[in-house]
Amino acid sequence: MSAAPQASAEPLLRVEALRTWFPIHAGLLQRVVGWVRAVDGVDLAVPAGGTLALVGESGCGKTTVGHSILRLVEPQEGAVVFDGVDLMSLSPAAMRAYRQQIQVVFQDPMASLDPRMRVRDIVAEGMQSFGIGTGTADRTRRVGELFERVQLDPDQIWRYPHEFSGGQRQRIGIARALAVEPRLVICDEAVSALDVSIQAQILNLLRDLQRELGLAYLFITHDLGVVRYLADEVAVMYLGQIVERGETEAVFQRPAHPYTRGLLAAVPSVDPERRSPPPQVLGDVPSPADPPPGCRFHTRCPEVFARCRAEAPPLFRVSEGAARCFLADPEAGSPQGRAGP
Amino acid sequence: MSAVLEVEGLVTGFPSADGRVPVVDDVSLGIDAGEVLALVGESGCGKSMTALSVMRLVPKPGRIEAGRIVLAGRDLRELDVLEMRRVRGHEVSMIFQEPMTSLNPVVRVGDQVVEAIRLHEDVSQAAARARTLELFGQVRIPDPEARLDAYPHQLSGGLKQRVMIAMALSTRPRLLIADEPTTALDVTIQAQILELLRELQRQSGSAILLITHDLGVVNELSDRVAVMYAGKIVEQGSRRDVLGAPRHPYTRGLLRSIPARAEPGAPLAEIPGVVPPPSEWPAGCRFATRCPVRFEPCRDQLPDATALNPGHTAWCHDAARDPEGGS
Repeated sequence: MSAAPQASAEPLLRVEALRTWFPIHAGLLQRVVGWVRAVDGVDLAVPAGGTLALVGESGCGKTTVGHSILRLVEPQEGAVVFDGVDLMSLSPAAMRAYRQQIQVVFQDPMASLDPRMRVRDIVAEGMQSFGIGTGTADRTRRVGELFERVQLDPDQIWRYPHEFSGGQRQRIGIARALAVEPRLVICDEAVSALDVSIQAQILNLLRDLQRELGLAYLFITHDLGVVRYLADEVAVMYLGQIVERGETEAVFQRPAHPYTRGLLAAVPSVDPERRSPPPQVLGDVPSPADPPPGCRFHTRCPEVFARCRAEAPPLFRVSEGAARCFLADPEAGSPQGRAGP
Repeated sequence: MSAVLEVEGLVTGFPSADGRVPVVDDVSLGIDAGEVLALVGESGCGKSMTALSVMRLVPKPGRIEAGRIVLAGRDLRELDVLEMRRVRGHEVSMIFQEPMTSLNPVVRVGDQVVEAIRLHEDVSQAAARARTLELFGQVRIPDPEARLDAYPHQLSGGLKQRVMIAMALSTRPRLLIADEPTTALDVTIQAQILELLRELQRQSGSAILLITHDLGVVNELSDRVAVMYAGKIVEQGSRRDVLGAPRHPYTRGLLRSIPARAEPGAPLAEIPGVVPPPSEWPAGCRFATRCPVRFEPCRDQLPDATALNPGHTAWCHDAARDPEGGS
C-alpha cells in the first residue's frame, strides 16, 4: 500500500493473539488431563531492520513463541503475519519459502551443529536446499565470505565443529543463519552460554550485521543487560503472557509493571558502592499448567490488592508502551506506573 | 582474625601431549572466618579446579603437584584418605551449580539431609530429622514439614538449591565452597538465594569460597575478590578495590564487556581473541596475547606481584611500572 520507506505501519513480523498450549497426557490411555498454557494470547511486532527483545524467566513461554513463529510447534490460535502473509494459513510447501527468510540462532552451538559434518557443509546446507549459489564451488566461495563476515578464518571452513571454541561455534551458527539471506533472525538465548568477554564480541557482531544487512532480530533472552544493549523495544513475558512492552529505554527507566520492576531490581549490580536491596519478588513462578486466577503475577506481586486476585488485567496503555497491571488502569484512579529504580 | 583456609603455591596439573599442564599454577589465597572470598574468572581459568583441589577431589588423571592447603592449621595434603573423608562434609561443604546432579532423585530430600547429618554425627534418626526441619526453616523453604517428604523432581530449581544449602550447612562447616551456586537459576530466584547466603553467612560465621564467572554475584556476596586467568590469579583485593579500581587489564576488560554497563548505542568493549590453550601460553604473562597495554617484558617475563592499596595486588608489568595510573 504505502511506499513510505520509514515508519511504515506494517512491521516485518506481527504476531497476534498467539496461543500455544501443550496437552498433558496421563493414565494408561494417555488421555489429555490438562494443558500447559505455554503461550496464552501473545501479540508482538518486529519492525524491518529493528530488534525486539522478548525477555522472561524459565518457563515463561518465550522460546515457545519463537518455535510457534517458525511452526516448529503448531499454535492452536492466532496469526503470525510475516511481510503481510499469515504463515498459519500456509501449506507446508508454501511455508518453506518463509523458512528461508526467518532463521534461528540457538543457545548451544554445539547441540545445533552436526559434529560429523565439516563446517563448510553445515553452512552450505541451507544454500543448497534453497537453491542459493550456482554450484558446489560457488557455495564454498560464499561460505568463505560468510566466514570473513563473522570474523572467522576462511581457511578453516573444512574443519569440524569440535575444533572451534564456544564463541567461534556461535559465529558458525550465525554464518549458517546468514547463508540463506534471511530478513528476520530469531536469536534464542544466542549469547547466554558464552563467557562475558566472548559474549561482547558476539553482541557487537550481531549489531554490525544488522546495520550492514538490514536484518530484523527477535531476541529471546533472560538477560536484561543484553536487552538494554541490543533491543529497540522490549516485551516482558510472564506465564505465557506479555506483561509489559515498550521502547527499551523507557521500560528500563520507568518500568510500569511490578514484575518488570522486580526483574530489573534482581539483576546483581557490579557497582561496589551499591549492592541490591533485598528482593521484592519472592517465591517461585507458578506452573503454567495451572496459572493463578486473576492477574497471573498476583501470587508474587509486592503490590497486590483485591482486584488482582479476582480479575485478569488487560494490557493498559502507559506513556510509551503497555502494561498488564491494574496499577496502570487509567479508570481506576490509581497512580499510573511509578518512578523506576 | 584467623585464617580458616590458607592455600600456598598450589599447582594442580593434568597430563597432555606436551607434558603436564598446570591448570592451577602457583595459586595462593586465604580466607578468614566469616569472610567471603570470590574466585572469579571465565570458563577454563582454573577456578573450579582450585576448589576441587582444596577438597582433594581433583579428577584423575589430574593431581595436585605442589603447594600447601591449610585448613584450620592442618595441611590437607598430609591427611590420609579416611581423615580427608572426615574433613569433607564435616569441616568443608560444597554447593554446586546444578542441585539436580548432587541430589539423589529417588530419595526424599529430607532423608538425604538426615543421612548427611547421621554420617557425620552420632545422633538418633528423630533428632536428625528435627534438625533437618530446623535447617529447612533456616534456608526459608516454605512449608518445610511437607517438603521433607518431597522428591527432588517435585521441587523447583530454587527450592532444590535451598535443600543443597541446608545439607551443606547441616554439619556446621568451617568452610563452605559455593561453585556457581546461582548460575542455573532465574534472576528473581538468584536474588533470593543471594539474600539467603548473605544472611546465613552473617549468622554462621563460616568462611565462604565463592566460585563464579559473574561479577554481579561477586559484588553482591563477597568481601574480597581474586581474579583468575589461565591458571593464575592476576589480581586480588577487596571487593571495592577490584571492582571499583581494577588495575589488571583483564579485570578491566571483564568489567567493560558487561552489556548492562555499556552506554546504550555505543559498541561494547571487547577483550579481543580467546583464552589460549595451555600449549600456547606465553612464557611471560598469560594475558599478554590479548592485552591492550602489553609492552616489551610481557610476553617473556612472568610479572611479579605489585602491591597497590593494602591488600590489593595485581600481577601485571603495566601496574608495576605505573601503580597509580592507567585508565
